[in-house]
Amino acid sequence: MSEMATEQGSGASTDYIVHHLTHLKVGEGFWALHLDTLIVSIGLGALFLWIFYSAARKATSGVPGKFQAFVEMVVEFVDNQVSEVFHGKRGFVAPLALTIFGWVFLMNFMDLLPLDYPGLIAGAFGAHYFRAVPTADVNTTFAMSLTVFVLILFYSVRAKGFGGFGHELFTAPFGSHFLLWIPNFFLNVVELLSKPISLAMRLFGNMYAGELVFMLIALLGFTVSGLDFGSAFGFFGQVVMGAAWTIFHILIITLQAFIFMVLTVVYISMAQAHH
Amino acid sequence: MEAIASVQAFTALGLGIIIGLGAIGACIGIGIMGSKFLESAARQPELTPMLTGRMFLLAGLIDAAFLIGVAIAMFFAFANPLLAQLQQ
Repeated sequence: MSEMATEQGSGASTDYIVHHLTHLKVGEGFWALHLDTLIVSIGLGALFLWIFYSAARKATSGVPGKFQAFVEMVVEFVDNQVSEVFHGKRGFVAPLALTIFGWVFLMNFMDLLPLDYPGLIAGAFGAHYFRAVPTADVNTTFAMSLTVFVLILFYSVRAKGFGGFGHELFTAPFGSHFLLWIPNFFLNVVELLSKPISLAMRLFGNMYAGELVFMLIALLGFTVSGLDFGSAFGFFGQVVMGAAWTIFHILIITLQAFIFMVLTVVYISMAQAHH
Repeated sequence: MEAIASVQAFTALGLGIIIGLGAIGACIGIGIMGSKFLESAARQPELTPMLTGRMFLLAGLIDAAFLIGVAIAMFFAFANPLLAQLQQ
């Protein structure tokens, strides 16, 4: 990375961005595994579990410490959100929502780390490429949204049975006349499939665009070559714009984690509803 | 060379359209929702906390299509697969 920063010209800036958009992967084609995504997402998942587990272990019924109060606040916030949209027992759905919210938030949070640092740390371990934001990888977001999709199907079948769910697929929006079976089925399939795709693309698009804007801001630093006006503009431009976008991005990452959580709960509660 | 230039030109035009139209849509959407939110908050201030949460949820939803567009546009700007086809 540092050797790239010394190059000048538009080729260097394109190289810089392409370098930052390349995954650390093993394997080729369909079976390529993005190691950076896997390592960061699993590590953050473990971190999330450890934080909440240790808070639950040390919980007291007396005056709570700051840490416990924070965790209780998050849990209550998620539980309130879930109880607003999901009616019924939420022994599984509320923890699922909390997991999604915490995990997606932590993965999005990697976007706020200084752009080159994760790469530098990974470079110390011999990795040439490293993308630190797992949710800016379409594989992560689709993995999560397909899991949600499986849960939607599971809850539909559990609430209505295979017969009821199948019956609904063919008769739901228009009615049960046999001429309407095919349009009904087509509409239902589109509706079902649009859920995981929109969930995954929304999170991915937001994080990918955010990451790219950080990279474009970092490119301003390329203009710093000495003590002239252009260098000063590049330096202060990078600092000011980087700070502004980071502050705005705090809102976006929280919002996207929140939206992913709420929509998951909404979809599951829709799956349970009878038409 | 000319083929590359024309692919680049059309890609650049496409990027402008993607981002520009997406931005128009998202801004109109956010504007309508924001004005309605302020109206309803002024009419019934006690509902404001509940409405704020929903407004942010919807702001994210409205923004999403635009940001997906931006992500695709950025992807085409820096790693254009159409251009890569040509350079093989």
